[in-house]
Amino acid sequence: MFEGLSERLSGILGGLTRRGKLSDQDVQNALREVRRALLEADVALEVVRSFTDRVRERAVGAEVVKSVTPGQMVVKIVNDALVEMLGAEAETINLNATPPVPILMVGLQGSGKTTTTAKIARRLKERDKKRVLMASLDTRRPAAMEQLAVLGGQVEVDTLPIVTGQSAPQIARRAMEAGRLGGYDVVMLDTAGRVTVDEALMDEAAEVARTVDAHEVLLVADALTGQDAVNTARAFDERMGLTGIVLTRMDGDSRGGAALSMRAVTGKPIKLIGTGEKVDALEEFHPSRVANRILGMGDIVSLVEKA
Amino acid sequence: SRTSSTIGAGITGIFTKRKLDAQTLEELEDVLVQADLGVAAAMRITENIGEGRFDKEIAPEEVKRILAEEVEKALAPVAKPLTIDTAHKPFVILMVGVNGAGKTTTIGKLASKFAADGKSVMLAAGDTFRAAAIEQLKIWGERTGAPVLAREQGADAAGLAYDALNQARTDGHDVLLMDTAGRLQNKTALMAELEKIIRVMRKIDESAPHAVLLVLDATVGQNALSQVEIFGKAAGVTGLVMTKLDGTARGGILVALADRFGLPVHYIGVGEGVDDLEPFAARDFAQAIAGIAEERI
Ligand SMILES: Nc1nc2c(ncn2[C@@H]2O[C@H](COP(=O)(O)OP(=O)(O)OP(=O)(O)O)[C@@H](O)[C@H]2O)c(=O)[nH]1
Ligand SMILES: Nc1nc2c(ncn2[C@@H]2O[C@H](COP(=O)(O)OP(=O)(O)OP(=O)(O)O)[C@@H](O)[C@H]2O)c(=O)[nH]1
Ligand SMILES: [Mg+2]
Ligand SMILES: [Mg+2]
Repeated sequence: MFEGLSERLSGILGGLTRRGKLSDQDVQNALREVRRALLEADVALEVVRSFTDRVRERAVGAEVVKSVTPGQMVVKIVNDALVEMLGAEAETINLNATPPVPILMVGLQGSGKTTTTAKIARRLKERDKKRVLMASLDTRRPAAMEQLAVLGGQVEVDTLPIVTGQSAPQIARRAMEAGRLGGYDVVMLDTAGRVTVDEALMDEAAEVARTVDAHEVLLVADALTGQDAVNTARAFDERMGLTGIVLTRMDGDSRGGAALSMRAVTGKPIKLIGTGEKVDALEEFHPSRVANRILGMGDIVSLVEKA
Repeated sequence: SRTSSTIGAGITGIFTKRKLDAQTLEELEDVLVQADLGVAAAMRITENIGEGRFDKEIAPEEVKRILAEEVEKALAPVAKPLTIDTAHKPFVILMVGVNGAGKTTTIGKLASKFAADGKSVMLAAGDTFRAAAIEQLKIWGERTGAPVLAREQGADAAGLAYDALNQARTDGHDVLLMDTAGRLQNKTALMAELEKIIRVMRKIDESAPHAVLLVLDATVGQNALSQVEIFGKAAGVTGLVMTKLDGTARGGILVALADRFGLPVHYIGVGEGVDDLEPFAARDFAQAIAGIAEERI
């Protein structure tokens, strides 16, 4: 992940740092290439635009310190813009609420919600010593509830008994009730996948979020997503107020543009990343480290910072 | 398909009372990029559009029409139906793709289509890895009346493929639809497993599988290029199916894929129901990308 983008960017910017002087044209040309590299990494167009605008503005007005080259200065500016785009601080699941803390998982079909529900439950149980209950509100996909039950068995986390014929909000209420009676710390609610143009299903998810007063509403999104990332992130955020994003399939060879896009358009942090199919393949996301990895020019950045 | 279209609005915005010049063409290219065509395909198409029309005033409707024409031109050669060669009994179809793309669901939809055509279909639960993948396929079997050959979770997928082909032969089925676990194409061990599934089936019928369908999610971006390339090498992909076109994603990557690989595109998925599978039609798809589709409804 990000390797392809990193190679491209360091190629483009590396050329700049070796020069003594930079004309406006040099900067323009480099930015055009940066733009293309970002688009080919699937960063959403509007995010690319605001990124290159920001870099251009700062590069033009930049005061160049004597001890660094103008190119090194540009690298630093790009780095800072990347960090801003990704969010500087790492944030993770927040459990600061009266137990049982409801965590709602939402997203498009097949993005990885059910698997990620089990991964997070396992993590909360093992690292934070929490008692977790998982419930599937997916009344649509064939064997969705069985899938969560099987995963519950694998990670040794309880799942709400399946009762057929209940609607998603009804199951959510039953899960919270079971969570209270059973003395659980966290109730994880897995939902059916939905396309954002399906008004009825978007309403239903929003109703669930309200009904249980979800403390975390996590959008589970696929890191292989292209330009649609902004539509998806925005639509879910507008309808049910996301608190964070989990990006799955970060173990793939995509260039990772979705990560940059989703954070940028929603302002919501990427809280965790899925790095495999197995239940332990879940990691924290460190934006500044990622920015550093994308650019691969940490030494120049710190050189400019010290100057 | 109901592929939504802010793209149409985009074009109307760009070309209302304006000339076709470098600036407007660049904006048009951006509109295509937003449909996931990728920079190269978007550039190629906008260049074609600019040719002979530069500096002339042009109506947005005209731009949309030309745009749709250009996209259709790229896609028409790959819009090919999936034909079941009855010389093979069973005709073996292997479904492959990354995780969650829609393989299992598409098998259910195909089974229903083939059954409606009077063919006898068998399903093989070749995803022995994912939780409840077998149960999921069994439900599709019940829905479509197709028998499902399955083993326990964790069983060897290649062994299952071997048994399934034998069984389908013995029982005289026309079509065998073989499900596989989702896998990312950069995982060499998992891709080797796929190769093994194919090798094992060839011990029974050396022409099998007769079709290898790569299932692509419409939301996918440029990574689809790598998917087609690597699945193509490992599994000999013969055609594509694109799912989830009922969402906001437009699946424009198919244009870049047609440019580069020229693989047939057989079907599109437009929902989760058993009937939500349509033959791939280059014109409809192109019009949806250009934002014409909604005006026809
Ligand atoms: N490689 C990889 N696969 C993943 C990851 N997360 C989930 N998957 C796989 O993605 C596929 C879909 O995962 P699910 O958890 O069923 O997705 P979902 O969002 O619940 O799907 P629906 O309920 O149908 O909308 C499965 O094959 C998972 O094993 C990940 O981080 N990496
Ligand atoms: N909206 C929509 N959803 C679809 C379509 N095709 C499949 N899905 C949904 O996408 C999700 C994943 O589909 P599956 O068929 O399980 O995908 P898969 O490729 O078999 O997934 P793995 O076996 O986990 O790799 C399910 O929720 C399906 O209902 C489609 O055309 N439109
Ligand atoms: Mg699910
Ligand atoms: Mg499957």
